Amino acid sequence: MAPLPPSTAPRAAPRSWWRRNQIAITPWLFLAPGILFFAIYVLIPVFQSFNVSLYDWDGLGAAEYVGLRNYEEMYWDDAFYTSLRNNLIWLVLYLLAIPAGLAIALFLNQTVTGIRIYKSLFFFPFVISQVVVGLVFSWFYDPSFGLLNVMLGWVGLGPVNVLGDESYVTYGIIAAGLWPQTAYCMILYLTGLNAVDPEQIEAGRLDNAKGFRMLWHIILPQLRPATFIAFVVTIIGALRSFDLISIMTAGGPFGQSRVLSFYMFEVALSEYGFRMGYGAAIAWCCS
Amino acid sequence: MYPAPIERASRPVQFAYQALIPMALVLWLLPLIAVAVFSIRPDADFANANYWGWPSSFEGITNYSKVFLESDMPRYLWNSVLITVPTVIGAVALSCMTGFALGIYKFKANLWIFFLFVAGNFVPFQILMVPVRDLTLDLGLYNTKTGLVLFHIAFQTGFCTLFMRNFIRALPYELIEAARVEGVAEWRIFWFVVLPLMKPAIAALAVLIFTFIWNDYFWAVVLTQGAESQPVTAGITSFNAQYRAAYHLMSAGSIVAALPPVAMFFLMQRHFIAGLTLGAVK
Repeated sequence: MAPLPPSTAPRAAPRSWWRRNQIAITPWLFLAPGILFFAIYVLIPVFQSFNVSLYDWDGLGAAEYVGLRNYEEMYWDDAFYTSLRNNLIWLVLYLLAIPAGLAIALFLNQTVTGIRIYKSLFFFPFVISQVVVGLVFSWFYDPSFGLLNVMLGWVGLGPVNVLGDESYVTYGIIAAGLWPQTAYCMILYLTGLNAVDPEQIEAGRLDNAKGFRMLWHIILPQLRPATFIAFVVTIIGALRSFDLISIMTAGGPFGQSRVLSFYMFEVALSEYGFRMGYGAAIAWCCS
Repeated sequence: MYPAPIERASRPVQFAYQALIPMALVLWLLPLIAVAVFSIRPDADFANANYWGWPSSFEGITNYSKVFLESDMPRYLWNSVLITVPTVIGAVALSCMTGFALGIYKFKANLWIFFLFVAGNFVPFQILMVPVRDLTLDLGLYNTKTGLVLFHIAFQTGFCTLFMRNFIRALPYELIEAARVEGVAEWRIFWFVVLPLMKPAIAALAVLIFTFIWNDYFWAVVLTQGAESQPVTAGITSFNAQYRAAYHLMSAGSIVAALPPVAMFFLMQRHFIAGLTLGAVK
């Protein structure tokens, strides 16, 4: 511990206003800069965003109040439903990262030589930016030279253009996203497994619990905090699909791989036009 | 320990396990290994469609020096540093203070403010996109590193406050009471008593935020454009447009862009994992 500064000698004079109120005021002084930043950039924009969604606005000229018309337009917009459907697919399939991460964690939870290095290397994909993950996977899927098609060729399957095919594209991107997400879940479970109570395991072994029964009845209940965090971060991860989609397909082919966050970006800030109001309406709808 | 330690298994099983790990690892990292191999191939290999055969020559040095000397890549990397480092310092500093205020003091609004920070954390970033871009334009900070840094600091403060407040709550409160009895001023308690105890949390958070911000792409695209202010995640797309179909250079560029957080992770692994797995164990 750091040395305490010398205490100030108590004075006989009546305590100043500052001294009396110090404990009540200090927290607010400490909070002020944080709250200020957070309010300006996060809290107020949330409301502004809703306000913008009621206008027709190109970001530069005068905004025209249109009430809920943006929301009405969304109701008739096919691209919106495609994006919404893809969002749901992302959410559901992303959850696969949890069992996959658990499986790898169980596989690696040993104490052989060099296991620490192996664990770090398995975790590796999570540290790389999603942009690079997207690039790496789009080359992996490339129909002319990608490793995936080379391997499919070995077993006699024809080349598949994963990212160019409407029915595969979303799944292809999700697979890329699952790669780092699984690594994250793995590290959560490895930490959790470290803290599992060895006595309970021994007790279970004496009762002849083995393999899957042991996992289900004794290990998983103790891993509940890890599972909870894995669930939360995976849901959050599934909603941050923007980077991968924009790098791998830019929403294509024919907008079939869009999700809502990407669609609103397209509507509000790309060559398709600067429709801030409609973009904000989409953003509000998907939250 | 679960699963049963492999040392208890028979010899052949042990050997099989030891052989299986590296094989599984290679399979796991296959897409990445492919890119690493691409990055040391010569141009001619791609022209001759020799994608997966033995490289006709090893041009790693040529390719990487091209990335560093003939492209905008160093500039993007430097931009990333200038965006990431101030954000880390700013967010950690702000959240040390907010965490201290919310972790130590009991006042009515305490829990409400804490919830506000936590809730702000879960705001989908696309909701903020239009107003934050607008605000940044109004401040004259569009397409500047400062604009990006200010937003990142503000947004990360939510998560960091959650992290710091929980850490400070776990510190022994008697220390603060003892200091108060001694008549130590409150800001001195913060500086001399609490801050030194927060070093592990500061390290964990700094490494984590570094990686998050370095890897950010969305806000880089929304708030900046062009080589003078874009970080490397956004720069890599322009880089790729410049070297279209030059896969050896694109691969080398991607690896260079991915390297700093990877280095950070391997150097500060303990802190990194401590930060990420906070709460995974009761």
